[in-house]
Amino acid sequence: MRFVGRAPRRYWLIALGVIVFAGLPTQVTSFQSLEWAEVLIFAIVIMGLNLLIGYSGQISLGHGAFMAVGAYTTAILVHRYHVEYLVTIPIAGLLTGLVGFFLGIPALRLSPLYLALATFALAVITPSLIKRPENLTQGTQGILLPPQQPPDWASSTFAAVTGGPAMTSDQWLYYLCFIAAIILFWVAWNVVRRRPGRALMAIRDGEVAAAASGVNVAGYKTLAFGLSAFYAGVAGALYALATGFVSPDTFPVSLSFQLLVGAVIGGLGSIAGPLFGGIFTFWLPIISSQFVQTQDWIPDQVASVFKNAGPAVTYGALLILIMIFAPNGLAGLILSAYARLRSRLRGVGERTSGQLPPDPQTV
Amino acid sequence: MKRMGPRLAAAAAFLVMAGACGSSSGGTVATDVGITSNQILLGNTISQTGAAAAYGTIANAENAYFTYINSKGGINGRKIKFVILDDAYNPAQTVPLTKQLVEQNQVFAMFSGLGTQDQTSVRDYLNTQKVPQLFVATGATTFGKDFNSNKWTLGWQPPYQGESHIYAKDVLQNHPNAKIGVLYQNDDYGQDYLKGLIDGLGDKASTMIVDKESYDVTSASPASQLAILHAKGADTVFVFAIPKPTIQSLAIITGLHWAPTIYVNSVSNVATYMKLAEKSGAKIDGAISVGYIKDPTDPQWTNDDGMKLYRQVIANCSTCDANNGFNIYGVAVAYTMVDVLTQAGSNLSRANVMKIASSQLNETNPFLLPGITVTTTSGDHFPIMQEQVIQWTGDAWHLQGSIINERGTIK
Repeated sequence: MRFVGRAPRRYWLIALGVIVFAGLPTQVTSFQSLEWAEVLIFAIVIMGLNLLIGYSGQISLGHGAFMAVGAYTTAILVHRYHVEYLVTIPIAGLLTGLVGFFLGIPALRLSPLYLALATFALAVITPSLIKRPENLTQGTQGILLPPQQPPDWASSTFAAVTGGPAMTSDQWLYYLCFIAAIILFWVAWNVVRRRPGRALMAIRDGEVAAAASGVNVAGYKTLAFGLSAFYAGVAGALYALATGFVSPDTFPVSLSFQLLVGAVIGGLGSIAGPLFGGIFTFWLPIISSQFVQTQDWIPDQVASVFKNAGPAVTYGALLILIMIFAPNGLAGLILSAYARLRSRLRGVGERTSGQLPPDPQTV
Repeated sequence: MKRMGPRLAAAAAFLVMAGACGSSSGGTVATDVGITSNQILLGNTISQTGAAAAYGTIANAENAYFTYINSKGGINGRKIKFVILDDAYNPAQTVPLTKQLVEQNQVFAMFSGLGTQDQTSVRDYLNTQKVPQLFVATGATTFGKDFNSNKWTLGWQPPYQGESHIYAKDVLQNHPNAKIGVLYQNDDYGQDYLKGLIDGLGDKASTMIVDKESYDVTSASPASQLAILHAKGADTVFVFAIPKPTIQSLAIITGLHWAPTIYVNSVSNVATYMKLAEKSGAKIDGAISVGYIKDPTDPQWTNDDGMKLYRQVIANCSTCDANNGFNIYGVAVAYTMVDVLTQAGSNLSRANVMKIASSQLNETNPFLLPGITVTTTSGDHFPIMQEQVIQWTGDAWHLQGSIINERGTIK
């Protein structure tokens, strides 16, 4: 008990978060579970992006393309070669990680701005590339996957715990994403708190200084790129399984932007940030395009203007607001609010939330 | 104070759980999902943003017709509620949005979902769930032809292949030595039109078609494809494209100092957009297309009862342009939907509605050209099969010849 009592506060928060997310499907409808599964999927890919941008200071505008590689790997393996879908998730992750790793080698020689452009090019050509080998990817038609039924043990356990009906395929997919998210967040937590993380942050804050201190700059940068792509690949695989449908237009250029904005708004250089980023990336377009329509008090003309420009305008406006008022994203905002609350209660200030140097290069 | 964190956390957890519990509630079911004693819930996905945003107004026009019917007391006392979601012409969004409408909103049926690729990608799902996918806003031939393997899906407008057959006949008759260049959208929709054209030209297809170029719906402009068609010596161009690239193409063709015979597909031929193309410099006099709906800009319908009704209906939609042909399309297809629901009477089950729509339709729709009927039988699941050639002269479409019946031409 003493151990529990002495645990740092953030452990309590983590335990709470895990419990809330674990219990979520028992409280919401099957369809809402699927929506939250997609939130977790976005959280995973943004975690990967966060490792790359937030910790190693490289910018990628091509993570939508990495997701596409992962999603198509799973879709093709399941649909064409009838591989067990669970097995395809790590395969998709590793394959995408390899793609990212090899892409990282030439990309290393580029300064951040040009790296952003190179990855942007990747995001632009990927949808077109997917359309070409038509017998493999089924071209513009896309690949439909059947819903994945939960195994019996999961289904019966779920029914026993909730005392309700058996687990639906949507709920099963939620738990798959939940488990994947926990593992990958734990990995990220460990990476950034140990030698590789310190090396990456050293590179981010000063490449020359890091090299002078004996950090293998090229090696770590490529590693960060590969690891980040691995996260995107796993997320892509889960996305294909969750939505049951992939087409080239599932991964437009704008997806890569949304992920980047999600990473920034969630909070770069923080472990909790990507979770907020995932929630934001998934819900904002839905809320801005659907919520406004259902509000009768908003005049039709305003609602239709809002809808036509919807997500893009809200994205832009929110991004500007966040940059002004919470440069460390939602995670940073919450941390600083907490710190302020504590100092108000105790009368003394504690450490500030600043985790990132205010260097525009990293955003 | 030291234990503040956990306490806050526990309170937060409680609030989250309480909030989550509140949001899961079911609706009352009368005759089938989505039907209550005073309401019929219909769902729709359409592109109100993105490359095909021009079509977005269709759903608003449909809603205007439902509002009109509701103001007259609804259908046997039930009012239609119509939920419109924007999928941006992207199947990747259509899939989750359709799922949302079926599972979350619990709609009775999907009505007039737009886009060939989009509606194909949810067809399996809706058929597995046995949710009617009625009168999809796409003329892809598969929606009528493959009814027997997808008994919960039905089209409405004339099939693209039938339309292409009409163009093929027109070319063979009036321009037997044409060198044809085809611009088509790189998906099922574009390929359907292309197939119809090749089939219609028969043996002559390989010699008459000098080149066919496809464009991606996400691409910025079809300029390079058109330049290739021009370079290959085409003197007749088929533009199988949605409104935005069609307008661009018409302007680009003139910009290339090229004056081929132009065929425009019916899904982009509304007069509003043709005039927009003219404003951006396109010379389109003599362009050919087909029509089956009364054109709101055509003065011959000014005193027509159907057109008067349309003007009255569309006044219910504050954002709709009454002269936009897409709006009368929406009102016309909503008319058929209301017709089916009225016929179903008190037996408002999904199966019965589907049966009436797919095999018992025999409707004279006041918004279609006189003489065109909406018909389905147990062996024929193409509701509309008649079209008439139209030609653009002097800033307006003019009906040519008589109505062509394609029934039975697509097996």
